[in-house]
Amino acid sequence: MKTAQALTSTKKATRSNSFWARVVKDFRRNKYIYLMLTPVILYYLVFHYIPMYGAQIAFKDFFPARGIWGSPWIGFEHFETFFEGIYFWRLIRNTLAINGLDLILGFPAPIILALLLNELTSERFKRVVQTVTYMPHFISLVVVVGMVLDFLARDGLINQLLALVGIGPTAFMQEPKYYWMIYVLSGIWQSIGWGSIIYLAAITTIDPTLYEAAKVDGASRLRQIWHVTIPGIMPTIMLLFILRVGQMMSVGYEKTILMYNPLNMETADVIASYVYRKGILEADFGFSSAVGLFNSVINFAFLIAANRMSRHLNQNSLW
Amino acid sequence: MGIVTARRRAAIRKSPGERTFDIVNYSLMILLLIVTLYPILHVLFASFSSPSLLSAHRGVLLGPLGFSTDAYKTVFANPSIGLGYRNTLFYMSFGTALNMVMTILGAYALSRRNVMWKGPIMFLIVFTMFFNGGLIPTYLLVAKNLNWIDTPWALTVPVAINTWNLLILKTSFEAVPEALEEAARIDGANDFTILWRVVIPLSLPALAVILLFYAVGHWNSFFSALVYLRNRELYPLQLILREILIANSMDSMTSGVSSGDIEPIGVTIKYATIVVATVPILILYPFLQRFFVKGVLVGSVKE
Repeated sequence: MKTAQALTSTKKATRSNSFWARVVKDFRRNKYIYLMLTPVILYYLVFHYIPMYGAQIAFKDFFPARGIWGSPWIGFEHFETFFEGIYFWRLIRNTLAINGLDLILGFPAPIILALLLNELTSERFKRVVQTVTYMPHFISLVVVVGMVLDFLARDGLINQLLALVGIGPTAFMQEPKYYWMIYVLSGIWQSIGWGSIIYLAAITTIDPTLYEAAKVDGASRLRQIWHVTIPGIMPTIMLLFILRVGQMMSVGYEKTILMYNPLNMETADVIASYVYRKGILEADFGFSSAVGLFNSVINFAFLIAANRMSRHLNQNSLW
Repeated sequence: MGIVTARRRAAIRKSPGERTFDIVNYSLMILLLIVTLYPILHVLFASFSSPSLLSAHRGVLLGPLGFSTDAYKTVFANPSIGLGYRNTLFYMSFGTALNMVMTILGAYALSRRNVMWKGPIMFLIVFTMFFNGGLIPTYLLVAKNLNWIDTPWALTVPVAINTWNLLILKTSFEAVPEALEEAARIDGANDFTILWRVVIPLSLPALAVILLFYAVGHWNSFFSALVYLRNRELYPLQLILREILIANSMDSMTSGVSSGDIEPIGVTIKYATIVVATVPILILYPFLQRFFVKGVLVGSVKE
């Protein structure tokens, strides 16, 4: 009995010893590695984890002078104010509408482009299309939105062209009903080429003998796309789909605050731009943090749900 | 490989169905080229046009209307654009240098085998891609706690590492053959020497792409400057552009007059400003284009 006890205790001792021994050994061997990691970890702690910790002001009546700790807890008051506020449903609707439209039009666009690029018989022409379609990705949002505003102005290019076929001028940016489409289509213009890179990369990993076999079976080009290429890049599509769905509740505030104006606010204002206005412009920090946190949590939930669904459907998942 | 299949396909005689497919496909691609290129060309042509001819003109431009470089003379004479350019160049150089040092250190450390705490550290880093504290807590940290309003730190340090770029570079560093590292270690090299003498020289394409991504990001960014800078002397180019292209057009859109502190700017000047602010990036990226697929592929398809 005693010996058994003694045995287990020595076993425990050696185990914990060996753990610490391993830590020490690892630290000795990798001391420069940990030295390199120090600024990196510090960066993530300060600029990513401290803000996560700071997000607790969503539950506080926050006064900057008192700091995060000194401000009193108020529970879900900010959330209730937001949910009951007059803008709540408008913000949710606009955010989901823009994302829904982008999921339907913007998500497949680069996939289709990659499939079509892959079928081009001239390598040189393919490279030209690629170079040109990558270009808008490198143009700043300020310039892209500036161009959109200019082309869609009452006397802008689009209205000049519409006048040629006898359609009267429309002030596109002042009409709420056009905003979602303008937002999504300008986004596709900017990102379709760049977005196709990842699918083209995935296509290069498909085994060429599959195409040979399909051809022997008499499959046309469309059938080859349908039965070989698309299944071949399906894991990539699913992966990006999961990531995209994880963004269902976010519309970039950067583009929105450039594009909205008092006249199209009804359809343009989204959760992120509301957070910006409330928090940065009106300095209502506690309330805007609550709105932002609500947004992050919903996004995270969407991501987990999409990941589950995908794992359930075809064994592709992020984790 | 792509070339081989393309040639082989071209060599095989095409059925009518195949030919229709090609015609449709090429037409779609040409349409896409026009839709993508025309807005950019329009801006370019308009910027070299004479203002009076341009405002009288209706419809598409197939070239500059009455060649004129007056708009560019005005743009280069505008002190706020010159200052904005200089500020942007400074933020971009400092910011990109910081990005590269931090990303290289992180990517090298995380690409090593046999690092005991690698798993938890990776989790700590990757988790931030999916969840964050939000705009306001970050703003409070930078503006209030660190007191970085009106400093270059606010535009550069909070974005010191882009996690996506870190993962791309990590995967690229992992592809460096282990034997080379072992050989260097036997010669007495430590990790810093291995990184500098072995890993970096063998990963130049990936490093070039990451450098481009970061530099373009700094060049094009306006939001952190909008939030953290109050002093106009410190404004980067994009904020000046925002005033010229957007605030201006919004003002005239809603009230019919432009606001007091911004001088009314002619149409062609607007286009010339766009060209001046965009050309440096657009002439840079085609040189690095062949590395994009590699650079983007590694981080994403494999992970």
